[in-house]
Amino acid sequence: MQLIVKTDTPAAALERVGAKIKIRNRYDNFIGGAWVPPAQGRYFENRTPISGEVVCEVARSTAEDIEKALDAAHAAADAWGKTAPADRAAVLFKIADRMEAHLAELATVETIDNGKPIRETMAADMPLAVDHFRYFASCIRAQEGSIAEIDETTVAYHFHEPLGVVGQIIPWNFPVLMAVWKIAPAIAAGNCVILKPAEQTPMGIMVLMDLVGDLVPPGVLNVVNGFGVEAGKPLASNPRIAKVAFTGETTTGRLIMQYAAENIIPVTLELGGKSPNIFFADVFNEDDTFFDKALEGFTMFALNQGEVCTCPSRALVQESIYDAFIERAVHRVKKVVQGNPLNPQTMIGAQASSDQLEKILSYIDIGQGEGAKVLTGGKKAELGSGLEGGYYVEPTVFEGHNKMRIFQEEIFGPVLAVAKFKTEDEALSMANDTLYGLGAGVWSRDANTCYRMGRGIKAGRVWTNCYHLYPAHAAFGGYKQSGVGRETHKMMLDHYQQTKNMLVSYSPKALGFF
Amino acid sequence: MEWKVGRVSDLPLLALRTGIAMAVARVSHTPAAAKLIETLRAANGDLLFHQSGGCCDGSAPMCYPLGEFKIGQRDVYLGEIAGCPIYISGPQFQYWQHTHLIIDAVPGRGAGFSLEAPEGMRFLTRSRVFTEAELDELERAGLPPRGPEAMAAVSLQTGHPHP
Repeated sequence: MQLIVKTDTPAAALERVGAKIKIRNRYDNFIGGAWVPPAQGRYFENRTPISGEVVCEVARSTAEDIEKALDAAHAAADAWGKTAPADRAAVLFKIADRMEAHLAELATVETIDNGKPIRETMAADMPLAVDHFRYFASCIRAQEGSIAEIDETTVAYHFHEPLGVVGQIIPWNFPVLMAVWKIAPAIAAGNCVILKPAEQTPMGIMVLMDLVGDLVPPGVLNVVNGFGVEAGKPLASNPRIAKVAFTGETTTGRLIMQYAAENIIPVTLELGGKSPNIFFADVFNEDDTFFDKALEGFTMFALNQGEVCTCPSRALVQESIYDAFIERAVHRVKKVVQGNPLNPQTMIGAQASSDQLEKILSYIDIGQGEGAKVLTGGKKAELGSGLEGGYYVEPTVFEGHNKMRIFQEEIFGPVLAVAKFKTEDEALSMANDTLYGLGAGVWSRDANTCYRMGRGIKAGRVWTNCYHLYPAHAAFGGYKQSGVGRETHKMMLDHYQQTKNMLVSYSPKALGFF
Repeated sequence: MEWKVGRVSDLPLLALRTGIAMAVARVSHTPAAAKLIETLRAANGDLLFHQSGGCCDGSAPMCYPLGEFKIGQRDVYLGEIAGCPIYISGPQFQYWQHTHLIIDAVPGRGAGFSLEAPEGMRFLTRSRVFTEAELDELERAGLPPRGPEAMAAVSLQTGHPHP
């Protein structure tokens, strides 16, 4: 495994990666185990957020391509569904092994595609993706149905059966990892998949298909690129899918539910949050390693440039330590190193797209308009040296109150909104005063405080004295408007399986009704 | 009829609905947005906007062919931009109602199923905080109308055909 020792340009980095794994200038769709050009022959340019340069072309697909992928998936579905769990698991293990063997190359492509720092793709995105395949390979091996003795001669058997062919639409913030979160449980459970990557970040997943596509039987895993309205909609509204999974925002989430309602199929949705990160006074009882960890926890809003559904973008700090804590915390934020994402020293890279940059700047504008005070940052970062065309924002900390827009909508940028609270009750009330309930953080040296807050916060994941850990086997999903379903846990298998009940009588005697 | 940024001419229409004159627009749009809307309308017919929330492309105004997205009973009708009705979800309105929304268009790659993505442009919601005077006036005007009937009621007055 080779780490980058100097900062390459995106083009030079891709050339270096291309010596080890296949890198294409143009990506067709991956359908039925082969590269298939889009029916209308159109492609769109994929730019790297690092510099704004075009790095490849990608299929601009339409309904015909979705139908082609559905044909391939349906042709493969029966055989894959009947494949022994051990054999399906073996495929997932092989994918994980090959990804791991090319971790540095995949991480480099992901950084170029998305703009996130190479140290994150090396340490988080790719290792987590590898582990996710292994986790669901293990889960499917260990999964059991059940048998219930109804009476002496009547038995209820419960079998897990795959749904069949499922559609998955994924976001651009962790392009490969979010794809794997959805692909791994679906194919482990015996389904065939049509995946539509985000149009902002289509490259990483296609490089992955080049790398591992031969390990999966043709038609089991199909990837079709294109714009939401042209390719996503024909997939989500298609009567030939048995389920749709989506990660994104609320209006599209509703539209996907609306399409699913027409077909009467299940959906899982992850629609984001506005996660509170709560610091009780006792964290500052000592200036020790735990306090240092809490300061890092505060700074976690800048991880992945803030483009995380669970970004801890609201910090709530107890009044009695507020001034001293914020001084230390802002100092810590100022030490975040911003630069070329391909430099291993870089802690915060580029926002994923130009329009994302515009949106973040518009929120910084409204924050100031609402009267919030900028404690640090507050503008576009001008990094120079070849990065002029890239999309960079300074890590920004606002001080304000919980009713402001910057406290209520996920900006999806490195923008933190800070407010103070007096009592635990007030902290809980502020934490829950949001439309969303995906993540939260609680920091205290008192286990009872942590427990009460953890149970009181209406969110699917409450990080307690930690933040931004995403291990497989810890359920992830939202309360309230944050969505439906739980990923990264074996319970996700339930979202990709039918329950077959066989109710069997072992008695020769008639029931006696007729 | 073409709405102008910061217009006040839609008051009587909402007044019919609310019974009280509403002198402050909750939403407006920029010339760039108007131009993009015209392009999309020429290709897709009548359009409707729904303000999104949440992560990824949350906060983006999503543009659909009219009738594609089902407006719910709790969705709040904010007004029209360039002849297109624009809504926001009821709960989200609670947190956004102190701001005037300005629908703009910038180069970019849309997401979700919003119509503009293939154009290489992206609708973007900019905002400004209402002044105290505006907030007073909005309060006097009462709650904005909700549900699909709201745009129908308005179209009755304007002649814009929103079924």
